[in-house]
Amino acid sequence: MADKKFKGTNTYIATDDLKMAVNAAVTLERPILIKGEPGTGKTQLAFEIAEALGRPLIEWHIKSTTKAQQGLYDYDAVARLRDSQLGDDRVNDIANYIVRGKIWEAFESDERPVLLIDEIDKADIEFPNDLLQELDRMEFYVYETKQLIKANQRPIIVITSNNEKELPDAFLRRCFFHYIKFPDQKTMEQIVEVHYPGLKKTLLKEALAAFYKIRDVPGLKKKPSTSELLDWIKLLLAEDIPPEALRAEDRRKAIPPLYGALLKNEQDVHLFEQLVFLDRRNASRQ
Amino acid sequence: MLTKFFFMLKEGGMKPSITELLTLLEALKRGVAGHSVDDFYYLSRSALVKDETQFDRFDRIFAAHFEGIEDAFKSVAGEVPADWLQRQAELMLSEEERAQIEAMGGFEKLMEALRERLEEQEERHEGGSKWIGTAGTSPFGAYGYNPEGVRIGQQGSRHRRAVKVWDRREYRNLDDKIELGTRNIKIALRTLRKFAREGAADQLDLDDTIDKTARNAGILDIRMVPERHNAVKVLLCLDIGGSMDDHVRVCGELFSAARSEFKHLEYFYFHNFVYESMWKDNRRRHAERIPTSEITHKYGPDYKLVIVGDATMSPYEIVYAGGSVEHWNEEPGAVWIKRLLNAYPKAIWLNPEPEQRWGYTPSIKLTRELMDGRMYPLTVCGLGEGIKRLH
Repeated sequence: MADKKFKGTNTYIATDDLKMAVNAAVTLERPILIKGEPGTGKTQLAFEIAEALGRPLIEWHIKSTTKAQQGLYDYDAVARLRDSQLGDDRVNDIANYIVRGKIWEAFESDERPVLLIDEIDKADIEFPNDLLQELDRMEFYVYETKQLIKANQRPIIVITSNNEKELPDAFLRRCFFHYIKFPDQKTMEQIVEVHYPGLKKTLLKEALAAFYKIRDVPGLKKKPSTSELLDWIKLLLAEDIPPEALRAEDRRKAIPPLYGALLKNEQDVHLFEQLVFLDRRNASRQ
Repeated sequence: MLTKFFFMLKEGGMKPSITELLTLLEALKRGVAGHSVDDFYYLSRSALVKDETQFDRFDRIFAAHFEGIEDAFKSVAGEVPADWLQRQAELMLSEEERAQIEAMGGFEKLMEALRERLEEQEERHEGGSKWIGTAGTSPFGAYGYNPEGVRIGQQGSRHRRAVKVWDRREYRNLDDKIELGTRNIKIALRTLRKFAREGAADQLDLDDTIDKTARNAGILDIRMVPERHNAVKVLLCLDIGGSMDDHVRVCGELFSAARSEFKHLEYFYFHNFVYESMWKDNRRRHAERIPTSEITHKYGPDYKLVIVGDATMSPYEIVYAGGSVEHWNEEPGAVWIKRLLNAYPKAIWLNPEPEQRWGYTPSIKLTRELMDGRMYPLTVCGLGEGIKRLH
């Protein structure tokens, strides 16, 4: 069955280049690698693809302790050893101790699923290399039970990376790639609109202006991103802050309200306060 | 189909593979892209480029191929129009002739004159002794000779004497892959390693397993520990271009050795001396500069600072505001190095110039004083001594 084209959803704004990359990956049955600043909706994309195409979603979140093998299957040798000491009958069938991983699950799914491999860069450097064959051929071999597991249909694989480690070339060559760049003000307005429809025009304008101003502060350890902006707007709405309070023209009280939602690092907050203080002092001298 | 484009990408320094090209062709065949150029652009970028830092380069090559301008990606025009600087002729003067050329007076006068000259001049100029251009004896321009001259847009310095370089040409990035002769450096760097256990617990801790199993009345209790990793953090600042051309190979080796030796290694490039900004990608050095204050804010004092540079320059460049050969610096380099040393108490300067020559170059003496004597020759022995200071 041919898949529909991915066009974004009513809760997710996809740019043209993103749609193109996703559609190419879906049609050609290759994995798609998504990079971008934290909080630009990389993980969200997999949820949206699954929803837009009406596919089940299988999530595999990678941690620094994750091994490639765990995505395929785990042989729980310790449990088997323990059972043998306790004289359990299950011990005789090794298949009892084979625990299926997420990739196995995706391969055996009845419908073509979306498989999210989230934050692949968190794992060991060798991790992507260990999955090359499996992602290419969409099959793997279980040595303990001498079984070949083959995908019923090739899943749509979405891989996200935060760029903490470089990924090997051989791995990259097999993927489509998309870099979610930080949205410009116009796209951002659309994004806020789908999350908070009917937001007061003035509040949105002032909030975005204040937001981009904070992003421009040099030396921040972590620049606020889309998800932080959305949280902040939610807070502003909840507290019923008037748009005028966000205007930074009056430098003497220029700290935007509830900025704790935007800056998540005490050094950044400190730096920001210092800058505002300097700014204020300059303003009062003039 | 598209093979020419493919080879242009290769020539432009990108690394598309045949698999990727075939993927792109297959996608085209299956009608993933519609009929617009935009669609094709997005599709080919997604299939061929796997690194966002290469997007800009891809864009330029794409534009060049599809508009038929073949060399648009060779150089980016800077402040000084590039066609003035085209190498047309070279002027080599004899020793006597060189001696005849009078320098134009002090440093500040030279800078002021250049700025005026740039405003006055509107056309390409070559030869002669006043206007900016190539192969002349004016103090400004490239491929010529004037002892106090300012060099603009020339591949490498030919006489190594210019006070100002306004090169907008691409410097080549230090290659981090060469392994030749790096063994010695690696051994020296190895002494800096400090091991810590972090990350995945994937090694069997035999002692603990035996202990815990015994306490567990003989039922196996397997204990794992993470592998040992090097936990030393290093901030490496490398001088590039100008008088460092000779030493680029040595620095490249240090760099390639350092890459594999540390878990946390951040590197930045500078030219001649540290000022208010540095850069990470030498090809994009003019576009993507990182403020030094941002570096000290981002990387904590637990980083160890290693500066590699020959410190051979005109002393103006260290002690004067506006002394930098590449840009107008508001504060002198001496102030910036003090700031770096305050931020990183553990710091050394490695100098590839032979140690016996240090006494004869005023700028090296000056830099050494600024570093409180922590300057070491870039030899295995010097590196070993320097690393002792970093502990």
